[in-house]
Amino acid sequence: MDEPLVRWDWIARNWDNGGPTSVKVLLENHIVMAFVPVVAGLLIAIPLGLACARYRWLYQPTVGIMNVVYSLPSLALFSILLSVTGLTQTTVIIPLTLFSLAVLIPAVVDGMRSVPDHVRQSAVAMGFQPYRRLVSVELPIAVPVVLAGLRVAAVSSISLVSVGALIGQGGLGYLFIDGWQRQFYTPIVVGIVLVVALALVADLVIIAAQRLLTPWARRRA
Amino acid sequence: MITFDGVTKRYADGTVAVDDLSLEVPTGAITVFVGPSGCGKTTSLRMINRMIDPSQGRVLLDGKDVTTVDPATLRRGIGYVIQQAGLFPHRRIVDNVATVPLLLGWDKKKARDRAMELLERVGLDPKMARRYPFQLSGGQQQRVGVARALAADPPVLLMDEPFSAVDPIVRASLQEELLRLQSELHKTIVFVTHDIDEAVKLGDTVAVLRVGGKLAQIAAPADLLSGPADDFVREFLGRDRGIRRLGFVPAKDLALDPAPEGVTPEGHGTFNPARDSLRAALDAALLSPDGLAVAVDDDGRVLGVVGQAALVGAARG
Ligand SMILES: Nc1ncnc2c1ncn2[C@@H]1O[C@H](COP(=O)(O)OP(=O)(O)OP(=O)(O)O)[C@@H](O)[C@H]1O
Ligand SMILES: [Mg+2]
Repeated sequence: MDEPLVRWDWIARNWDNGGPTSVKVLLENHIVMAFVPVVAGLLIAIPLGLACARYRWLYQPTVGIMNVVYSLPSLALFSILLSVTGLTQTTVIIPLTLFSLAVLIPAVVDGMRSVPDHVRQSAVAMGFQPYRRLVSVELPIAVPVVLAGLRVAAVSSISLVSVGALIGQGGLGYLFIDGWQRQFYTPIVVGIVLVVALALVADLVIIAAQRLLTPWARRRA
Repeated sequence: MITFDGVTKRYADGTVAVDDLSLEVPTGAITVFVGPSGCGKTTSLRMINRMIDPSQGRVLLDGKDVTTVDPATLRRGIGYVIQQAGLFPHRRIVDNVATVPLLLGWDKKKARDRAMELLERVGLDPKMARRYPFQLSGGQQQRVGVARALAADPPVLLMDEPFSAVDPIVRASLQEELLRLQSELHKTIVFVTHDIDEAVKLGDTVAVLRVGGKLAQIAAPADLLSGPADDFVREFLGRDRGIRRLGFVPAKDLALDPAPEGVTPEGHGTFNPARDSLRAALDAALLSPDGLAVAVDDDGRVLGVVGQAALVGAARG
């Protein structure tokens, strides 16, 4: 075969060809389907994680359920959801949200546990009411641990979206199926590069946020 | 004044941490709670600011049962310093110190000015104000802890082993600093320690607790050293009680003999009768080859001498 690994002319023609499978549209869909579950996951994980940190008996059952969910093949979840939400992005977003919860709830709980007891005690002793203590002492101190969890959730969400291609909603995942079916490698390479780049950018953005939000965190050696 | 009136604390698991404790903590003085680990010192302290409520009995602050006061309000009027300092890692030093004033609703500028003033007061370089706690040494963090507790000028200060996590030299300087601050501020301080030397150094009154949360003895340091109530207190006070007690007897009443011809401060141990204790005077005599302690005034002028025999006589009281 003298076919080159990457045919640049294919990229030029398909980057923005106006169709639903132009690389640009796939990339946009991919970002939405990866981003929404992480944000939704964080919004749900904070109250749930706080509840688990507050009421310790909640933690084990919650983590247990989350682990079971995490172990379910995404395909199985898609099939269950298909009858409800059909061949839409929602069918991909819901399982990914559940997956991100499996990472983020423990992250919030660990974050709250990372607040040193003497710091909490001294906040109490200075006359903080519980709500103010949570908002201005405990949550800010939990931020580094939560953001570490968020990095994992974001990167795995970006990589998992591709599976949605099996139901026609996989963002860049479409390129893998397309390339494989046609034995044509260019879309596959483009897909891999973009997914990895997306993951790197997301990771760097979160790291930058971490630097900005928590200048007080001791830099790890 | 803080009054413990028949206070007992029984934890949920049945542990009796404090058992029928009755004592008075006088206003404007340092009262030390001392005793072995687990004797209920922290529990007693925390019943003052309602971090723990008694199972029986009452704790009164200026005659008022603390359990009738809203905990947050009560605590904002009581400074609290603990062993690990408990600083907020995510806030700069100046903001750590301004915490309680801000909780009390002071405006930001006033709270920060106050914080800067306190940092200076506890002997910290203003340069430290912009740092985060992890950028300070343990001793510096403790100073910040003290500054933070004093920020809203509370009449009462609770200190739970505040200096036990730092090395002996830093500890000694923090102790001196506390005594100096106290001579200016006259707070009502309850200080918890398991170190009897620290207790007798800092306390105007020392309360010795025994395991099981019972009060063994409460007395001024000198009286404690000269008259331990029982074997437990005697054992706890340790060796050299006689010598250590002399540290609390002022040297000003010593009868001085005129200095013999040729006796100068050089080559002799000296003491200042206006400031020093009998212990310092005795030490001075032991350091002098001829056994004479030379008394000098603030300007170093020789006031007279005392011999060892006279010192031992004075020491016996
Ligand atoms: N929350 C709790 N539940 C049950 N028992 C407790 C609790 N807190 C303390 N205790 C017990 O009460 C007793 C007194 O504890 P406390 O912390 O007041 O002692 P302490 O004198 O401060 O000791 P240390 O010098 O080690 O700090 C100990 O036997 C301790 O184990
Ligand atoms: Mg204690």
